[in-house]
Parts: sequence; structure tokens; C-alpha cells
Amino acid sequence: MKTRIFILLRVLAFCVLMLNVSEITADVTSEIKTIQQIGHNAENYAAAQKALDSLQSSGPDALLPILYSLGEANPLAANYLRNSFEVIANKTLTEKKSLPLEDLLNFVRRTKNDSKARRLAFEWIRRVSPQEADQLVRNFLNDPSDELRREAVAKILKEIEELAKDDASAEALKRSRYLQALSGASDDDQVRKIVKGLEAFEIKVDLQEHYGFLSDWYLIGPFDNKDEKGFDVAYPPENEIKLDAEYDGQLGKVTWQKYETDDDYGKLNIAEKVGPHKGAVVYAYREFVSKDEQPVEFRLATPNAWKIWLNGELVFEREEYHRGTFFDQYRIPALMKEGRNTLLIKVLQNEQDQSWAQDWQFQFRICQPTGMALRPEKE
Amino acid sequence: MRTFIFCTLMLVGTVTVQADDWLQFRGTLNNAIVTGPQLPDSFDNIAWTAPLEGRGTSSPIVVGKRVIVTGCKGPRQDRLTVSCFNAADGSQMWHREFWATGRTICHEKMSVATPTPASDGERIFAFYSSNDVACLDLEGNLLWYRGLTFDYPNVSNSLGMSSSVIVKDGTVVCMAENDTQSMTFGLNAEDGTTRWQLERPRAANWTSPAVWPGEDSLVLLQSSEGVTAVEAQSGKTVWEYLDGASTIPSLTVLNGMAYVPSNGLTAIKPGVSDSMIPEIVWQGSQLNPSTVSPVVTDTQAFVINGAGVLSCADATTGERLWQCRLSGKFSATPIISGDKLYCINEQGVAQVVQLGAEEGTVLNSHDFSTTILAAPAAADGAIYFRSDNQLWKVE
Repeated sequence: MKTRIFILLRVLAFCVLMLNVSEITADVTSEIKTIQQIGHNAENYAAAQKALDSLQSSGPDALLPILYSLGEANPLAANYLRNSFEVIANKTLTEKKSLPLEDLLNFVRRTKNDSKARRLAFEWIRRVSPQEADQLVRNFLNDPSDELRREAVAKILKEIEELAKDDASAEALKRSRYLQALSGASDDDQVRKIVKGLEAFEIKVDLQEHYGFLSDWYLIGPFDNKDEKGFDVAYPPENEIKLDAEYDGQLGKVTWQKYETDDDYGKLNIAEKVGPHKGAVVYAYREFVSKDEQPVEFRLATPNAWKIWLNGELVFEREEYHRGTFFDQYRIPALMKEGRNTLLIKVLQNEQDQSWAQDWQFQFRICQPTGMALRPEKE
Repeated sequence: MRTFIFCTLMLVGTVTVQADDWLQFRGTLNNAIVTGPQLPDSFDNIAWTAPLEGRGTSSPIVVGKRVIVTGCKGPRQDRLTVSCFNAADGSQMWHREFWATGRTICHEKMSVATPTPASDGERIFAFYSSNDVACLDLEGNLLWYRGLTFDYPNVSNSLGMSSSVIVKDGTVVCMAENDTQSMTFGLNAEDGTTRWQLERPRAANWTSPAVWPGEDSLVLLQSSEGVTAVEAQSGKTVWEYLDGASTIPSLTVLNGMAYVPSNGLTAIKPGVSDSMIPEIVWQGSQLNPSTVSPVVTDTQAFVINGAGVLSCADATTGERLWQCRLSGKFSATPIISGDKLYCINEQGVAQVVQLGAEEGTVLNSHDFSTTILAAPAAADGAIYFRSDNQLWKVE
């Protein structure tokens, strides 16, 4: 009888516990969904703020649901969820409780999970268990997350620094480790370190190839941009692409000409190829064969105003002149279709006469969501 | 017992009212004048230092016992941070991070965390070059988050943006002015919703909005075209000065006058005959502030030029009174406590200048041997300042 009562009580306790867990899970799921409804211009903020208050008071059971939800969150909602995660994780540690370490490890190991969420989980693993984090880093070199790959590359570079100098076997190891690091490196500061390291072994890295810069383009111009009025003028290439056509340009007839750059960083110097015209427009055109329909990021750098079209559709435009040019200056999300895609870039030069305002150039590549270069397929 | 509770409440009330905060860029009154206890005579007595991660060129703010510092991390500076330190001992009370939703490209000298945050005493408003705005309570709990470039994708500047955020009568004013899609926003401090937004002159602009103290709830917006005074609640223009102005150093306001980096330095006050057009009180073409914003006391106006020369002018006439060569070049706006000016050059050499009627004298200097670009903050007789990687308290 005593045993029966004991079992009954245990079952009852388990049911109550499960009921509580499912209630907690249901609340967390509902709060997360509310936060995910946040939109542009403070849309749904009032409801999200209430949900956030409630979510932040949750226990560590909410941490994994929050991580999984990040993949479905827009950038604003992601920050609400991230803050909830940090508040809950901090509170858990302050109360001398444990984070669900094994769950976090498994979340990071699963490369299909959202990259930012994996990075967040990784940082908290590193905080509570540096050794486990270090073990994870060993497998990050070819990870889809550029931030996690960066950890692996940094680790290899540190190991190379610690190798003995003037030891033949160590030198051979350095060489292979540099090459290994290069395979996962996509951040320019790390790539530069690797390139410099490999120079000692007389290995020249083909940076155009590594970064996937598109180096060959058809150019046509100049068209008129006096007084910066050409930005909104649709010159013929915006209406048709006929590579054998001839049009009236700013200074006479213009035709498409093929150019290629051998610059390591893929910079195509228009002022050098077409001429140092002022108040002028040039169009650049090329095709890109994609093996699938896929989301990509256009990475453009230019100190000039520009517009870009993919398959005839305007993707983005920006009318800014001579505010510097930087590697991967613009990151523009786009969707490539399977097969042949057309790319058209309008690059505008103004009439500023300062010495630093003479550049008329662009650099362009296409990246996968992982940050690694996407190269065109052969048709 | 009742008397005891009453006295205790009064004491707490008094402490709260008298708390010597530094709530935004150039202080609670936004004019770089220290109103609390006199600051120390030198930068030599370091109370504590605290390490900072990543990069950051914004000033600290002080809210009660909390020192708040913003920063950014990662190879693309796209991880935005807000850190809170205990003013008493420099221990970190909390740290929060966010993912930037706007562009994080900027000139290497500055960082994505160049705008100084602000507080209304209850909330913290952290603003970044990416035009992200995070509102947190004093314990680090997020209250709301806006991505102004997320909403308006061409609101950005390839050199980065530096306008600090201010809060005035419940409106958080964020200037995001640039060559392309140039806008300034007035957000409701309570919930982050937009109270107003203005299309602004299409020209890169790194100046910060300024608070107009007094009963008129006004905010002054400086741009290449001049100065626009708008109502904090509605964004409605009240008056405009249209004689052009600098796009780097910011105007300062004192005693009903705005001192604008325009044609050197120009003092203006609201117009009488035409309320839409302010009256020009004086123009000092010899007073040319470079990066550093002017600082004005009841009697004197101070500017530092690109060569590191401090000029002092009569605040009522604009007549230049004296000049004093400082060491180095400056990005950080100085602060004034009593008759001393506290400035830190770009190489991290902090200098204390005795301000006199006829001359200025560098009393002493302390070399912190690191790049310092952000203005110092002051509270309860202590100075707080930061480099990329360190926060100092000097007392």
C-alpha cells in the first residue's frame, strides 16, 4: 500500500512537473512569436515589449528555444531575443545555477542552425567552459559561419607563431598550416597575415581567385553627369543590353569595350581605362552563371555614386561621392536565378576637383551567405 | 518612527535630486560645463581603470553610481556593446551586445561606437554609426530597439557617422544626416515609436543635436546650411539660421545664446522682430574650431583649432582675448570646471589649463600614452574618460 501511494505521488509529481514545463514552453514560444512580429518603424513594439519583459524573467529552459528562434527572426527581433538570452544566462550564473552546456554544445555542432545563434551559444560556452569551446574551434575551419571560421583561423595563426624558429620540420609545418588557414579565411585582416606568412615560402596567393573578384567587364561611356544630374537619367544601357550597339555619349559615339583588371583586389580603374572624365557616367556589364537559384550578397566597393541591376531589376542605388572606399564597402543581398544572370553597374563620377576626389573605380564580388566567394559556373 | 521615515525619505529624495550625473555628450546640460563639485587639479590621481573590449570613440556617461560606455567588436565592428561599470570601484555591473542592423563601414580613425549615448536618468539610449538605437533600463534589460538604417537603407555614410544622441522632454533625437538619404528622427523615449522625422540637407554631417535649456522645449540641429531650432515634441521648426555652419564641431548653448561654428564662431539668439530669424549677436572670424566643439562660460568662449591652439574670446563681444598653445591635436571636446579647462589630445596627453582674464596657462599634463578621441565626462568631482580599450576614473 505504502509503495502504491509512493508511486502514485511520484506520477502525480511528474505530471505536475510536465504540466509546468509545457506551460513554460508554451509561454516562451508565444513570447518569442510575439517578438518575431516586430517590423519596420516600430511595428508591433507595444506587444513585443510586454513579451520581452516576460521572456527575460524566464529560467534557463528558455535558452534553447530562444537560440532556435533566431533563425526565423528579422534583425530587429534578433536583438530582442539576443538580449533575452543574455539576461537569462547572466541571471542563471549569478544564481550559481548551470547553463545547459550539453544542449549548447550540440546546438553549436549542428551546422544547419542559424550562424548568429551558434556564435552566441559558442560565446557562452567559452565563458563557462573554455576547454569545451577550444575543442569546438578545432572543427570550425570549414564552418558555414564566417565568425566561427575566424576563430579556427586565429587559432592556427597563433599555433604557427608558437612554432620554433629555424627548425626545418617546423618550417614545413608552418607552410602547411598557413595553407590550411587560408582555406577557411574570409576576413581580410587574417588573409593578409596568411599571405605575408606564405611569402616566406615563395607562395603567392591569388587574391582575385581567393576572394572571387570579378575582374573582367564590358564598359561603355562616358555619358553625361554634369552637375550630378546623370544619376536619374536612364541612358540606353538601362533599357537594353546590346554589346554591339553604338550610342551618343557625353563626348561623341560610345561602344561597349571589354576590360580586365589584374589588381590583386579586383579594382577596375575606370579613370585609367575609359579616361579621367569629370561629371561622367560609365556602365559596367557582365554575366554570371549560377548553378542554382540561390541567395547571395553582392560585395561592392567604390568611392563613386552607383546603381546596380540584376537581370534587369534595380537592386540598390546610392548617390554618395568620395566618402572613401573600403573592402566590401557595400553588402547588398540579392537572389540569383539558376543559369545565366546579367549584372549591370552604373558608376558615376562628379566634378569635385580635390586631389582625393579623382578616383573613379569599383571592386565587385559575389559571396555566399557563408561569406565565402561564389565563382561563376561554366555554361 | 514616522519622523525617522520622513527624514529618511527626504534624505533619499535629496540624494536623488542632487545626484551629479553626466547624462549625455558634454554633460546633462549639453554644454561641457561641470556644475557639480570642482574637479581635481590634475589627471594624476587615477582611482581605477577598467578594460574595454573592441573599439569605441564615444564618451562615457554617468547615471547615479553607473558609468555607461558603448563600444563595438568584431572585424566589421558589427557587434554593438553597452557596458555598465560601478563608479565606485570600476567593477563591471553588466554588459550587453547587439547585432548591428545598419552599415558598419567607417573611417579607420573613428569607430561604429562614436556617438555618445544619453540617458534620462531612468533609461539609457545607445546610438551607433550604423544608426541602431538600443534603449535599456539601468539594469541592462532591453526596452526597445530601432534600426534607422534598417528602416531607411540609404541612411548611412561611408566614412561613418558620429552625431551623438540627446534626449529632451521624452524625445530621443537621433541625427542621421548624410549625402544620400539625410534624416533626423525624434523617437518617443517610452516606446521607441517615431514622434517625428525630418528630411534634412543632403550633406554629410557629423555634428550633434544640442539641447536648448529653459521652458521652450527646443532642440537645435546644425548642418552645412546653418541651424534649425525644432520643437522636441513635434519636430516643428521654430527658427532657422541659414548662414551655413561647420559639419564637424557642434554648437553650444549658454544663457539663451547659441555659439555656432559658422564663419569662425557666431553667437546667435532668438529673434525679436521676426521670431523665425535669430539675431546675430557677434561673429568671430578669428575663432575657428576644428574637430573640437566650442565651450563657453558666462564670460568667455573657447575654441581649439587644428594646430592645437586654444583661443579665448569675450563671450559677449567675440573679441579674442588671448591664445595658448596646447600639446598635440585634439578630437575630444574639453570640459570646464570652475576656472580650469580639462582637455585630452589625440595622443592621450591630458592637460589642465588655468583660465584667466588675460591668459591661459597649462598647469600640468599627464601622458596616458594611448589614442584618446572622446570627450571626458565628469560627476561627483571625478573625471571619466576612455580609449578604445580602457576606461579611467580620475579623482
